[in-house]
Amino acid sequence: MCLAIPGKILSIEHQYNGLVRMAKIQFGSIFKEASLEMVPAASIGDYVLVHVGVAISIVNEEEAERTFKYLAEIGELDELIEHTQL
Amino acid sequence: MKYLSEYRDPEMVEQYLKEISRIVTRPWNIMEVCGGQTHSLVKNGLIQMLPESVRMIHGPGCPVCVTPLHLIDKAVHLALEKGVILCSYGDMIRVPGSGMSLLEAKAKGADVRVLYSPLEAVKLAKANPDKEVVFFAVGFETTAPANALSVIHAQREGLTNYSILASHVLVPPAIAAVLEDEDTQIQGFLAAGHVCTIMGIDEYYPLVEKYKTPVVVTGFEPVDLLQGILMVVRQLEAGTYQLENQYSRMVRPEGNPDALAVIRQVFEVSDREWRGVGVIPDSGYEVKEAFGLFDANRKFEFSQEKAEESKECIAGQVLKGIKKPHECPAFGKKCNPQHPLGAPMVSSEGACAAYYHFSQVLENV
Repeated sequence: MCLAIPGKILSIEHQYNGLVRMAKIQFGSIFKEASLEMVPAASIGDYVLVHVGVAISIVNEEEAERTFKYLAEIGELDELIEHTQL
Repeated sequence: MKYLSEYRDPEMVEQYLKEISRIVTRPWNIMEVCGGQTHSLVKNGLIQMLPESVRMIHGPGCPVCVTPLHLIDKAVHLALEKGVILCSYGDMIRVPGSGMSLLEAKAKGADVRVLYSPLEAVKLAKANPDKEVVFFAVGFETTAPANALSVIHAQREGLTNYSILASHVLVPPAIAAVLEDEDTQIQGFLAAGHVCTIMGIDEYYPLVEKYKTPVVVTGFEPVDLLQGILMVVRQLEAGTYQLENQYSRMVRPEGNPDALAVIRQVFEVSDREWRGVGVIPDSGYEVKEAFGLFDANRKFEFSQEKAEESKECIAGQVLKGIKKPHECPAFGKKCNPQHPLGAPMVSSEGACAAYYHFSQVLENV
């Protein structure tokens, strides 16, 4: 659970009275919401490293895809899938 | 060498292995601190491919594994007796407490939920104003910004029914504790890449100086790991000790300033008990008093008799790198991922579970 997973920002919406930028992130075929509060420079189309719902850094596309593929290979994407609905 | 074909860069893997073998002249003990790195080293069979004289020792870098028993018991108590909605990351709910795990509490009717992110727990609290929602916030530095942000989001929402049960641990004090322990004989460290993406690398300079031990900030992919190991071995062979950054494509020396600001807003450094290791001074985070309303430790009283660890489990020695998982008499027999005696058998980042899952790879170790 300590690894951050790279994904692509598909859309951004403002929440908490406009204070917080939340993004819809695509991880392969999985979609998740993540906060962009730690990466103020990130915009739609950028790739970001996401850890438990928070983007922690911007990465380039090539690096993102390489890392994502590796994480999928070693079975580290379970935390994206393995959780119940609210 | 049958696993080499699985790498995207088999030539580079081979090159690094050759170079490590070429320069190494005597045995060295190197610890990788991060459980994700352990998982990667074991899964890829890299441990077998390294020359015998490069001995990788697996460190305490699995947050689920080092979360103390009494906090698990407290989480179980809150879920079973206090009627809270208790949420955490997937691995955490399967770790045995002294009585039961959160998963077993769930089977007894407690409302225990696995969430991907603490920010989801805040939404859960907003949707359930008549219930207390507690997020069991375990983690190393990488996870701290998310857990801290959840508190800030809850405060912004004006929620009074959200709190976190913090079990936050820090890497540099753990490295110091390992080096202070006379039973461990670690000569070099791979520091955890993603932790440094948040924290930067400055806090490792004093460690390198004080203990005259090389530390290389390293990623978790096979080529990263081998490059990090090569950098440590080079230093050891040359008799030098420096801080180096193998993972500079992800780790800036200053870390992520926005993440650090949020951590410092919500948390303060405190002494922490590490399961199997004991109390390490200044090795974790507590919620600051200013955010006391969101601190489950302040919000809910819980007293219990001293929790007892399983006598058969040698997790403490495994976490400090003194023993390998398969040197435990219970390994794979009485203790397995379905029936774990200790936490390192639960999390995929725990050394015992990594060895168990890939025991076929490791049958020659």
